Amino acid sequence: MSQGTSKKRSAQAGCASLALTGCGGIQSALDPRGPAAQALAELSWILFCAAGAIFIGVLLLVGYAVYRDPGKRRPISSTALIVTGGLVFPAVVLTALLVYGVGITGKLRAADREAHLEIRVIAHQFWWEVLYPGAGPGEYAATANELRLPHGRPVTVRLTSRDVVHSFWIPNLAGKIDMIPGRVTQLTLEGDSPGFFRGQCAEFCGASHAHMALEVHVLGEAEFERWLASLRGPTRSRDDPAAAQGRDAFLAQGCGNCHAVQGVSQPRIAAPDLTHFAAREFLGAGVLRNTQANRLVWLTDGERVKPGRAMPSYGHLDARTLAAIADYLGTLR
Amino acid sequence: MSAALQERLEAVWRTPPGLRALSGVNHSTVGLRFILTGFVFFLIGGVLAMLVRSQLSFAGNTLLTHHEYNAAFTLHGTAMMFFFAVPIMQGFAIYLVPKMIGARDLVYPRLSAFGYWCYLFGGILLFSSVFVGQPPTAGWFMYVPLSSRPYTPDLGPDFWLLGITFAEISAVASAIELAVAILKTRAPGMTLDRMPLFVWAMLVTALMIVFAFPPLILGGILLEVERAFGLPYFDTTRGGDALLWQHLFWFFGHPEVYLIFLPATGIVSAIVPTFAQRPMAGYRWIVLSLVSTAFLSFGLWVHHMYATGIPLLALSFFSAASLAVAIPAGIQVFAWIATLWNGRPVMSVPLLYVLGFIFIFVLGGLTGVMLAMVPFDWQAHDTQFVVAHLHYVLFGGMVFPLLAGLYYWLPLVSGRQISKSGSRLAFWLTFIGFNLTFLPMHVTGLVGMPRRVYTYAEGLGWETLNLASTVGGFLTAVGIGAFLIDIVLSLRFGKPAPRNVWGAGTLEWSIDSPVPSYNFASQPVIEDREPLWRDAALAERTQRGEFFLGDVKVARREMLVTSTRAAHPDHVVVLPGNTWIPLVAAVFTGFFFLGVLLKTYWFAALGLFLATGAFVLWAWRGGRDPDPYAVDIGDDRRLRLHYANVRSPGWWGTALALAADATLFASLAFAYLFLWTVSPEWPPAARTLGWIGPAVALALIAMSSAALFLRAYGTAIALALIGGAVEIAALVTTPLSATRHAYDALVITIWIFALVHLAIAVLMAAFVKARGSNAASTVHHRAEPAVTALFWHYTVAQWAVAFVVVHGFPPLALP
Repeated sequence: MSQGTSKKRSAQAGCASLALTGCGGIQSALDPRGPAAQALAELSWILFCAAGAIFIGVLLLVGYAVYRDPGKRRPISSTALIVTGGLVFPAVVLTALLVYGVGITGKLRAADREAHLEIRVIAHQFWWEVLYPGAGPGEYAATANELRLPHGRPVTVRLTSRDVVHSFWIPNLAGKIDMIPGRVTQLTLEGDSPGFFRGQCAEFCGASHAHMALEVHVLGEAEFERWLASLRGPTRSRDDPAAAQGRDAFLAQGCGNCHAVQGVSQPRIAAPDLTHFAAREFLGAGVLRNTQANRLVWLTDGERVKPGRAMPSYGHLDARTLAAIADYLGTLR
Repeated sequence: MSAALQERLEAVWRTPPGLRALSGVNHSTVGLRFILTGFVFFLIGGVLAMLVRSQLSFAGNTLLTHHEYNAAFTLHGTAMMFFFAVPIMQGFAIYLVPKMIGARDLVYPRLSAFGYWCYLFGGILLFSSVFVGQPPTAGWFMYVPLSSRPYTPDLGPDFWLLGITFAEISAVASAIELAVAILKTRAPGMTLDRMPLFVWAMLVTALMIVFAFPPLILGGILLEVERAFGLPYFDTTRGGDALLWQHLFWFFGHPEVYLIFLPATGIVSAIVPTFAQRPMAGYRWIVLSLVSTAFLSFGLWVHHMYATGIPLLALSFFSAASLAVAIPAGIQVFAWIATLWNGRPVMSVPLLYVLGFIFIFVLGGLTGVMLAMVPFDWQAHDTQFVVAHLHYVLFGGMVFPLLAGLYYWLPLVSGRQISKSGSRLAFWLTFIGFNLTFLPMHVTGLVGMPRRVYTYAEGLGWETLNLASTVGGFLTAVGIGAFLIDIVLSLRFGKPAPRNVWGAGTLEWSIDSPVPSYNFASQPVIEDREPLWRDAALAERTQRGEFFLGDVKVARREMLVTSTRAAHPDHVVVLPGNTWIPLVAAVFTGFFFLGVLLKTYWFAALGLFLATGAFVLWAWRGGRDPDPYAVDIGDDRRLRLHYANVRSPGWWGTALALAADATLFASLAFAYLFLWTVSPEWPPAARTLGWIGPAVALALIAMSSAALFLRAYGTAIALALIGGAVEIAALVTTPLSATRHAYDALVITIWIFALVHLAIAVLMAAFVKARGSNAASTVHHRAEPAVTALFWHYTVAQWAVAFVVVHGFPPLALP
């Protein structure tokens, strides 16, 4: 941690006693784990303290004006009070805030230019298509509903949407930015240290707006490179009869018409890429933990856990076929 | 003398009893209807809020499905913004403004009645969606493309768009009426500088509505047309843009917040001096802050769009404007403090509610300053923090002043005093409940909970905060329930209230309670901001008929029209009496909206035709009178009647309506230019619009203006019809396809817009010609030709602008 960061942390600690509850959490703007979120949290605490002081000041004035015995009040010029309290004081405070705020805005936008890695994220109802640069120029490596970043390195995320307006928000790392069909927006992300966070769609996008989360892993440099290399490669599914049976069922039931598994299926419809599905902690864009039991729930009862999802339910399949598919998905690393 | 006069006036002005009351047009009747209906929508919105809070009590709660939850929050926001906050404040104004300015009624009583029916029917239309199982679920902000047909194929958005547009007729109509009433019908001597601050607030609000609602009306029409006929205004794949909707919506949406809040500050500025027992400090500062709030409110709509990726410079500008709007709000707060400080405050119930308002509103204002900071907003935007903020400014900034105002003016309306303890109990329940709901919600948002989620996962630290908000929500509901019970008990058992029960200084308190339908037996002369404090006998003298228009032989509804600034008597307006036409016209207008909703277009056309017929009958029955063209107003003065005046109230109203219409057209031109700037190809390849036909049409139509000026109505109509036909021919022969590209769609829309205006202008001119008012000899019927000419020349000017927009810009874009 740099010295500047530690100074910011202590400034924040000074105000932290005001917090009503724990501000921590894997999806909290008040638990910043990256420079952008850090700057925003610092600004937030300054705003809270100043607002608190002003609020108390106004209440004291009102209390005095209403409850103090009129005979004992200090006489005051109305105009002086109005001009001082309503015009001069706010004008000074607001101008200072504006300068400070524009400074931060400019700094955060400028960070966009320093990034070395560019990731594209495309929003769909109700999941995230995530594209990392591939091995060669013009190529890319696809995953879905997960974002992995190397710590201490700014990463540019370029965002758009295939359908309705969504918003990309990982509060521990940065503010949010909308994902708009026909437009590309961008954001710089950087995590201070390895950790796990949760992002969530912040613009109302329909039935399962509440179920559109993103798992975010900030990794050590070496670990990230290892992961990216594996992402660029084909799936490393187990090579045994059970997995083969599951793969055959996966294809026979038409799963491959929508879901890509590199080397197995080439879909025509966009759905989450499953090539390295087993490496994700969650399924259904953060709805369920990625376990065998939950994969079965997802296959048979997905409409209940995620209403409005595009995928049909496969509850009509026999238990063996379902288990085979779920098991196969669990082998895709 | 005085009893005979009051009896006579009551006979002329009263609203009939029983079912025939529905034909009543008196402003007291209509105003109370607005207030009562608005309160019913408030209760409906409140029940929806309780559903939302119940669902969010626990992580993973399954009380509501996602569909029910989305419908609940969409309808909650819609009910509160469109069917409660704006209409109930207009109801207050419709009821109070004439009484505060010494007038007997508003200037267009039939329009008030018509507006009320549009509001009621629009609300019924929208909420009927619940009973057919297709409520709107895309949010009160209806963002495209979620609300477009591919993503919401049911009728939900159609119910919303049509219900809202229907009800907005009422908002715009009342706004125009209030503005004209305030500018032209103040009692003699009530200069602008002597108007009560509530009236100032309503004047500013009314003018804001005139310019704020048209962009939303246009957006609503475009979206409905896109949904029904596939014109791609907002469809990115065919030259449209999703952000166009957001710009149109928030250009309305942000002034909307202030046009809810400003009337509330007007109520506060009425209550504070009464209970401080001292004139309002900083009167001119408050007027200045009202006006500057109105101006600023049009310059900060983009602060709802900080996260859409707009450029840094624009962000900084809108951030500055959003911060600056805190200054006029601060001026008002400190003016109230100064008044209390220098007065001798009496802690009565309305003042208690006002203090609750100041507490909540100041907090809401401070979080508003936070959200105006772009970087803070990037975190807080679309989270529960914003939900907390907006309820602090709207519930605190509007509902508390509303409750204060209801308690304050209830004795005037009912003639009964309010309770002492029930009203305080209701206050404390509501105040504590409100803060318990929304104070924790700030934290809920910052620790990561977005808005508009129907459920949330465990373990993110949101459970306790949400449960607290739900408990607070129900406590607030209990408080509102206590308020209702208390009001009912006061109406039933309250002690009789003497006239001017609070010892206030403004003119409405000179009226006996319960209020007579004509307000003032004679129209008083005003010499001060607090006329009742200056002259204790003013009320008596007014009701004895000592001032203007106190003639005991009166047989029709007469009222003074005064000059705009100094309020010198100028002429006398004869107001229409009770009539069924507004109700009938609103029912036919309802046929139109119902036909569009059900895509039964013959029925919609029938409704439009019948409604037009009703409006013609409406106009035909007013505005002329065989009586002498001048009347004795007392004090040995004779004034002309309004239909012999060029600048009649009708002329002023038309001018304001045209300002609204010009804003509507400007929004359409904005849509065209906005899509031009964002579209990769504009116009799309292979579109060459011939300009010769349209130029000929424009020339003919310009000539019609000259003909009308020379009172050659027949020639003018003929020229306009030929010009319109030429334009239609030019359009039909152009290779445009409305559904292929947004460019085609907008060109066609602009010309249809212009042609509709031309048709209305022709109808008006034909009306004047049929009545014979256009003849040069009829100097006593100058009002109607003046109104028609105003509309006609405006239409021609708009036509010229349309020509420039469509034919003038594309060549610039081409190399």
